[in-house]
Amino acid sequence: MLKYILRRLGFILLTLFVIITVTFFLMRLAPGNPFTSEKRLPPEIEANLNAHYGLDQPLYKQYFDYLGKVVTWDFGPSIKYKGQSVNDLISDGFPVSLQLGLEAIVIALFFGVLLGVLAAIRQNQWVDYLSMSIAVIGISVPSFIIAALLQYVFAMKLDWFPVATWESFRHTILPAVALALAPLAYIARLTRSTMLEVLSNDYIKTAKSKGFNERIIIYRHALRNSLLPVVSYMGPLTANVITGSFVIEKIFGIPGLGAHFVQSITNRDYTVIMGVTSFYSIILLLSILMVDIIYGLIDPRIKVSAKEEV
Amino acid sequence: MKKRFSLLLVILLAASMILAACGDGKDNGDEGSGDSGKTEQYLRVNIKTEPFSLHPGLANDSTSGSVLRNTFEGLTRIGLNGEPENAMAEDIQVSEDGTVYTFTLRDAKWSNGDPVIAQDFEYAWKWALDPANESQYAYQLYYLKNGAAANEGKVSLDEVGVKAIDEKTLEVTLEQPTPYFLELTAFYTYLPVNSKIAEANPDWYKNAGEDYVSNGPFKMASWEHRTKIELVKNDQYWDKDNVKLEKIDMHMIDDENTELSMFQKGELDWAGAPFSALPTDAIPQLKKDGDLNIKPIAGVYWYKFNTEVEPFNNVKIRKAFSYAINRQAITDNILQAGQIPAMAAVPPSMFQENEDGYYKDNNLEEAKKLLQEGLEELGYKDVSELPTITISYNTSEAHQKIAQAIQDMWRKNLGVETELENEEWAVYIEKLHNGDFMIGRMGWLGDFNDPINFLELFREKDGGNNDTRWENAEFKQLLLDSQEERDPDVRMQMLKQAEEIFIDEMPVAPIYFYTNAWLQPDNLKDVAISGLGDVQLKWAYFE
Repeated sequence: MLKYILRRLGFILLTLFVIITVTFFLMRLAPGNPFTSEKRLPPEIEANLNAHYGLDQPLYKQYFDYLGKVVTWDFGPSIKYKGQSVNDLISDGFPVSLQLGLEAIVIALFFGVLLGVLAAIRQNQWVDYLSMSIAVIGISVPSFIIAALLQYVFAMKLDWFPVATWESFRHTILPAVALALAPLAYIARLTRSTMLEVLSNDYIKTAKSKGFNERIIIYRHALRNSLLPVVSYMGPLTANVITGSFVIEKIFGIPGLGAHFVQSITNRDYTVIMGVTSFYSIILLLSILMVDIIYGLIDPRIKVSAKEEV
Repeated sequence: MKKRFSLLLVILLAASMILAACGDGKDNGDEGSGDSGKTEQYLRVNIKTEPFSLHPGLANDSTSGSVLRNTFEGLTRIGLNGEPENAMAEDIQVSEDGTVYTFTLRDAKWSNGDPVIAQDFEYAWKWALDPANESQYAYQLYYLKNGAAANEGKVSLDEVGVKAIDEKTLEVTLEQPTPYFLELTAFYTYLPVNSKIAEANPDWYKNAGEDYVSNGPFKMASWEHRTKIELVKNDQYWDKDNVKLEKIDMHMIDDENTELSMFQKGELDWAGAPFSALPTDAIPQLKKDGDLNIKPIAGVYWYKFNTEVEPFNNVKIRKAFSYAINRQAITDNILQAGQIPAMAAVPPSMFQENEDGYYKDNNLEEAKKLLQEGLEELGYKDVSELPTITISYNTSEAHQKIAQAIQDMWRKNLGVETELENEEWAVYIEKLHNGDFMIGRMGWLGDFNDPINFLELFREKDGGNNDTRWENAEFKQLLLDSQEERDPDVRMQMLKQAEEIFIDEMPVAPIYFYTNAWLQPDNLKDVAISGLGDVQLKWAYFE
């Protein structure tokens, strides 16, 4: 097991290196630079700024300098936000996105599994139709529409929640729900279909014929096996959701990480582009690893260590 | 196995409860202060984004400007009437040739009680010019003698034309006479910095705190990056009796629709310009409801012609294309926020008569005639022989709508087919600056309230913001001469003449002059919005 994890960590480092390298050169291929603006800077000022940020060096040198810094977890200063380092931006933004993301995951997981199970055990009844209608809406309606709708109904009309900003727990509920809806819908559909499959298995029939209570059959025997696909979906979902959503954070005025992914590119804020990309990659790779480990723990059919022999 | 899974659920549940508990604590505190906090003189605005920097010497964006103008004060300040008034300066003497200004400072204090001294100005200006400090707006100080040279590292900072004679007297020597210099001294790059603190703590400007001191009507109480800035009234301010607001919250919410919703729900006291902007889609309805405030500002939206490529190297073709645009239709149907059709380069806030401009909008007859003459001069038989003409703009809904409308007008009115090309902002700017375009949209917002600001863009062919590659000796000479002219009326006449040449040559087709559109409560008074569209809250109050 330990050997497996170590090997996976090795691959993660290798993947990270590739991601950083590709991002670095792709980013520098894009026209423009961090000092591009409608009101053009005098050339001497621009040259001075380029020298300060090391942008006047040959590209390969910049690349190796950058690699050297990343190894020590120093992403450098932000060019767009004067006086703040990329590490500051991440350590300010990540806790916000993390809290929002965890809330959304809890909502999505709880209601998603609940709807999915209800739909499966009451297949083709009104509960099923209702659950799946919710799921279809959740998947097909874009999050910015959901967000605007939630704002309109629950903040503007009913006045239960504030419209936006990030101050108290009450402020977090609407964005968390908006963020949760799409994964919730996906989880519900996933749970329903695997649950139906599991319920038709022989061992469930056996349990039924032995006269077990239906609730026990569902929870003890069926649910656990039907959750496996959900668990594997949780990996990328977690990575996505806890690093922030640009759309949701923008609409609700939340100072999370999400905005940096998009704005840093518009701004050509090189250091921030690199910083958030590396950070996101790390989170994504680690959560995939976590899922694989958890998978081995809950599904007796999969032995993580056995993979090595294949 | 089951145990492990339920353990996971328990952890998740526990985590959510902890989060809920944390949040609740905050929530209660918030509500507690919320009740007493919303006093009468408490203003909540949205400045949209994190300011680039709140160091006067580093700021280079309107967001930083909106904060600094309220926390700091320069030698002059643009008053409620739009004219520069003495602020930190009590008295200003100008030498006969207009190049030496002597400012006598009033008894004023920094928010920490330190006196504001002439050295603070000298320090701040030299700091911004010091190439080591990477000020992007250092060029705003190039009017000072040796300002540019010092910034380029050619001469030492000691040779820059700013000198504190004593604590109360500041002597400023300019490179050449600058008739609008007292407009500039109100600009944020010219604000002072508490030299005592800045020398002791070079990072003073990065966060709110003891070291972030200012000398304006308000001081910064807190600064949560990318979230909110809180300003409170500065009790040390020399003119504090005229400051009525006690507290200002400046939120940083990027989404314009959210801002509007918050305003409508009463969570903000201002929506729209100049702090932020109103969503374009909402403007027609707001206008119909009669809530919209509209004020013209010194800014122009224009289409630049690349005067080095065919067919726009021909002035008649340029004019034909410009005359064939129906600007009124664009402002009435697309923009809808009271924008003024532009048939001139300098905004009406500087030249009143430019509301009507130099030529007739949508002058199709003249356009067709000029097009025909232009085609002949270039040796084309008819429009079908013209090279493919491309209209470029950076990706944005409004730019696209305007480009489509103009494309349609040119097709109908001139029979010319054009292609539209949109690009991401930085890519677009680079192409424009490199001359890799035929017709490109651009805007210009005045830095200071003087027509030269709009005309000097086109003084040099290779000037950083010219883009059109157009140059004209007579135009250039008029601008240079106007700089030396001491009689303001004669000078304005010269600039007017220069503008006439410019419009006659038409290297750009002006489309419209910008306006600020916003919503505010009726009982909020005296928020000063200058002709440039800058906002000052010094005199603002709730009735």
